[in-house]
Amino acid sequence: MAEKILMKGNEAIAYAAINCGCDGYFGYPITPQSEVMETLMKEKPWETTGMVVLQAESETSSINMVYGGACCGKKVMTSSSSPGISLMCEGISYLAGAELPCLVVNVMRGGPGLGTIQPSQGDYFQTTKGGGHGDYRNIVLAPASAQDMYDFVDLGFELAFKYRNPAIILGDGVIGQMMEKVELRPAKARRTDEEIKKLCASWATIGKTADRKANTITSLALEADVQERFNIKLQKKYAEIEANEVRYSTYKTEDAEHLIVAFGCMSRICENVVELAREQGIKLGLLRPITLFPYPKAAIDALVPQLKSIMSVELNAGQMIEDIRLISNGRVPVNFYGRQGGMVPSPEEIFEAFIKTIK
Amino acid sequence: MDIKDIIKPENKVYGKTPLLKDAILHYCPGCSHGTVHKIIAEIIEEMGIQDRTIGISPVGCSVFAYNYLDIDWQQAAHGRAPALATATKRLMPDKYVFTYQGDGDLASIGTAEIMHACNRGENIVVIFINNAIYGMTGGQMAPTTLLGQVTATTPYGRQADLNGYPLKITELIAQLEGTCYVTRQSVQNPAAVRKTKKAIRKAFENSMMKKGTSFVEVVSTCNSGWKIPPVQANKWMEENMFPFYPLGDMKDR
Repeated sequence: MAEKILMKGNEAIAYAAINCGCDGYFGYPITPQSEVMETLMKEKPWETTGMVVLQAESETSSINMVYGGACCGKKVMTSSSSPGISLMCEGISYLAGAELPCLVVNVMRGGPGLGTIQPSQGDYFQTTKGGGHGDYRNIVLAPASAQDMYDFVDLGFELAFKYRNPAIILGDGVIGQMMEKVELRPAKARRTDEEIKKLCASWATIGKTADRKANTITSLALEADVQERFNIKLQKKYAEIEANEVRYSTYKTEDAEHLIVAFGCMSRICENVVELAREQGIKLGLLRPITLFPYPKAAIDALVPQLKSIMSVELNAGQMIEDIRLISNGRVPVNFYGRQGGMVPSPEEIFEAFIKTIK
Repeated sequence: MDIKDIIKPENKVYGKTPLLKDAILHYCPGCSHGTVHKIIAEIIEEMGIQDRTIGISPVGCSVFAYNYLDIDWQQAAHGRAPALATATKRLMPDKYVFTYQGDGDLASIGTAEIMHACNRGENIVVIFINNAIYGMTGGQMAPTTLLGQVTATTPYGRQADLNGYPLKITELIAQLEGTCYVTRQSVQNPAAVRKTKKAIRKAFENSMMKKGTSFVEVVSTCNSGWKIPPVQANKWMEENMFPFYPLGDMKDR
């Protein structure tokens, strides 16, 4: 039986990084995710796997270190929380524009501005719609447990390299700080130079050898037609990601007449809301998007005909609800319940709000 | 004597290094970039390190350095080249990693990145082209623009009370424990080119000795930005830039 250890979601990120063969972590302290770098520094993976861990002078620098490491075909990552991610958005846009694989972890806190250090899901728009400038998409994974935090590091790297695109784990202060049992996975060794050469020599800056042309990593194209061709290529890639990588889970949706859609920590809380409704004979189900881009459009679309209402439950003023409304397209009422500023609702509070929407 | 008698291998006195591609330079005639590019290309050829050298280009005129030197290149966001270089060198310590940055990139928007990379003593080479003006965007004030110097954004000359003072960032860099070699050179005549080449070669060699960061400033001309012809630009540089940015080694250990 695999070993299970009690740890915080943030610590799970650090242990997973070492375990899955991550080559480098570059970060800057910010609450509520500082345990990621603290755990890495305590574990000293440079003495075991050879993983580089570096505290940068800013989030701007962290994400550009990630850019440099990604240019070398290395598995590199950073983590931060909302205000820090805002600073990184320039770099994330460059990473997307240069088609570089990397992993970014956002343990969301309430905003705008310096905001609060308490949990939030206020960065849904920023993460799923862009954040930085230009037409680009991140692959977005939304963990709902410490185990997810652990597992999504390896999955995030896998998807990032498969599509040469930034992958973001969009967690929140609840998931980052909560302690849970985490089952450790079999360790993966860091890729050797030979493996990186085999996998990335067509694009990575690992030294120009006589058998190939020099590799240049840039997101610059001065000619409009060249830029347009490139942007169309990016959109094709995003369409491919939407076709292949949607992940979600459902809870009691088979006979559901009402549906709650919630991600991250809210999906855990909303499982209890489903139970409260079922106790009163109300057929409520839950759909939890695991990937926020690509979004589980088809899964929600398929449920719409059997539904009388949908409610989006989020720790923000209503962001994901816009995507659900686009899918529903007027066929069924789409309601909203959310708390902001670091407030987390109880199942009873959500149930009360839900009952009001269907009466 | 026929021309065929002259063109013989034994009579060859100069050849273009194959590390410099046959692409047409986009730099203006008289610009220092071309000369510095050639110096770096020659050093990489002479050291035989083409397969072990990673260049990092900035935002500014030299963003296109990757079109000219036949090595693997990363193109950084404005000012961030030292962050890219940090990760690249730490993840691939057997590689020669250099950044190539102008004054706006290095001494304005990228001040935090260059100071901290140098202060950490990253084993990288920094080539700093200081021509006291923003070339690519059309001749605006740079952090290193001299007092009184006319630019597109200081049309009446740079004034300290309005625009602040020119930044001697290389002097600041020399104070940092993480740097092992800090020097200021130029390329306006053959003697200066030879000195600069020697300095950059030393910087490349240092980067494999775990001594810390090597930083080579090249005081340069931008005749288009300065709006004077190349020969006059060299003279202007010698008369105005050199007194404020004196040439020579600031640190060598």
